[in-house]
Amino acid sequence: MPDELAEVFRREAGRCTATLIRVLGDIDLAEDAVAEAFAIAAEQWPSHGVPPNPGGWITTTARNRAIDRLRREATRSDRYLGAQRIESNDMASDHNHELDDLDGFVDVVADDQLRLMFLCSHPALAADAQVALTLRLLGGLDSPEIARAFLVPEPTLAQRIVRAKRKLRDNHAPYRVPRAAELPDRLHAVLTTVYLIFTEGHTATSGNSLTRIDLSREAIRLGRVVTELMPDEPEAVGLLALMLLTEARGPARTDADGSMIRLADQDRTRWDRALITEGHALVRACLRRNQVGPFQIQAAIAAVHADAATAAETDWSQIVTLYDQLYALRPNAVVALNRAIAVAELHGPAAGLSALATLDTAVLEDYQPYHAARADLLARAGRGDAAVDAYDRAIELTANPTERHFLERQRAAANH
Amino acid sequence: MPQYLLSVWHDDDYAELDFASPEMQRVGAQVNNLNAEMERADAWVFGVGLRPASSATVVRSAGGDVSMTDGPYAETKEQMGGFWIIQAADLDAALDWATKAAAACEQPVEVRPTEDA
Repeated sequence: MPDELAEVFRREAGRCTATLIRVLGDIDLAEDAVAEAFAIAAEQWPSHGVPPNPGGWITTTARNRAIDRLRREATRSDRYLGAQRIESNDMASDHNHELDDLDGFVDVVADDQLRLMFLCSHPALAADAQVALTLRLLGGLDSPEIARAFLVPEPTLAQRIVRAKRKLRDNHAPYRVPRAAELPDRLHAVLTTVYLIFTEGHTATSGNSLTRIDLSREAIRLGRVVTELMPDEPEAVGLLALMLLTEARGPARTDADGSMIRLADQDRTRWDRALITEGHALVRACLRRNQVGPFQIQAAIAAVHADAATAAETDWSQIVTLYDQLYALRPNAVVALNRAIAVAELHGPAAGLSALATLDTAVLEDYQPYHAARADLLARAGRGDAAVDAYDRAIELTANPTERHFLERQRAAANH
Repeated sequence: MPQYLLSVWHDDDYAELDFASPEMQRVGAQVNNLNAEMERADAWVFGVGLRPASSATVVRSAGGDVSMTDGPYAETKEQMGGFWIIQAADLDAALDWATKAAAACEQPVEVRPTEDA
C-alpha cells in the first residue's frame, strides 16, 4: 500500500494541486489541502482499499477539507475573495458562486495542469524560481528533495519558493493558458523550464553521481504532460523527443566506475532502443508540421546521432546543416560552439579550431564546454602544449568530479 | 481592480536633457499618446514625469527632530524619471501596459503591485 500511495502521489499530486489552485484561488491553500487529502488517504486506503479513481478522490477530499477550513476561519474571507476573482476571470462555467455552491463534484479540467505550468514559468519569475516552483507544484517534490537535487542549501531553496509564490500572489498573476498572441513566447518559457530540469538531472552541475535519474524522469514526465495537453505544438513534441533521445544514451554514458564516457566512445549497443524508436517517431511527427523551432532542431541532431551505429558512421554534414539552422534561429555563442565541434568532425580539427577562432571568446571565457572542446581539438591537431593549457582552464571551471576526472585523464594523454 | 506602479528609470540624472530637442519632443508625443490610450481603456489612475533627482530633498523625522538633506534618498546612478499608477485586471495586463510604456519612454519600466485596497 505505501508503494501504491506513493505511485498515486507521483502521478496525481501535480494534477490535483493544479485543480485546487483554480478552485481555491490560492497556491498555499491548495498545497495544504492536497497534502491533507493524501494524509487521509494514507490512513483510510489500507483498510478501505484504493478508490477506483484515486486522483478524483484526492481532489474532492482536498476541496472538501479546504472548504471546511475556510468556513471555520471567517478571517479567510480575503482568500475566498481571491478564489472568486480568479474564477470570474478565467472560468468558463460556474463562476460567481457563493461558497456553499462549491459543494459537489470537483470538475477536473485537463487545462488546469497547463495553467499551472504557465504560472510556474511566468516570465516575471527568475529561471531558478521557475524550475523550483515547477518541481514543487507540478512534480509534488518537497523543498528538501529539490534542494538536494540542485545542491543548494535547503533554506535557500525554500525561500526561493516562498518568494516566487508571494510574488505571483502580490502581483495578481492570472491562472490561465496565455492568449494566442503571447503563446509562443510563454510556451517556450515552459519548455525551457522542463529542459533545465532535464539537463540538471542529466549532468548534475556538481556532486558525485553523473546522472540524477529522478530529475530526468520528472522532466520527461512533464514533457509528456505538455505534449498530451498541447499535441499541436511541434516545439513541445520536439522537446520530448530531444529528452528521450538524450536519455536513451544514459546507460552508455558512464563506465562501471561511474566515469564519464564521451559520445564518440560510447558502446552504442547499450543505448535504449525503445526510447530511440519513440524519439525518432516524435521527431518525424513534429518536423512534418513544418514549423521548425530550436527544440525540434536539437531533437533532429540527437536523432542523427542515434541513427549512427558507430561514431564513425555519424552524418556530420547533416549535423552541421542542422546547427546552421539552429544558429539562424538562436544566434548565440553556445550554438556556434557546438557547430564548430561538428565542423571539426566533418573537416578535421584544424577547421574546427578556425571556426572556434571566430567566436566571441569574451562570452565563452567562463564556459567550461568551450575550453574542453578547444583542448580536445588542440590535442587532436597535435598541439599538446596549448591543449594542456586549455584543459587546465576547463578543469578549473568543472564542478562535477566525474567530469573533472575525465578531463584530467584527457590532459594527461595530451601531455605525452 | 489591482493597481500597479509603473516607474520609468534613467541611467543618469537627466538634469542636462534638452526637452526642446527633437528626440525629447518625439518621446513626449509617444507618452501623450500612451496616456490617451490608458484613459480610453480606463487603466489610467495617475501619471507624471519628474524633475531631475538632483532637485530632490530627503526629510527625516526621528522623535521631534527633523533633518533635511539635499539630493535623492538613494545616491545611485539610476533614478526614477516618472511614473504611472494604473489599474489592470492582472499582472499580464499590467505587463502589457509596461511594455507600451517602455517603448513610449524609450527607457526601462519597473512594474510593482500596490498593496490591495
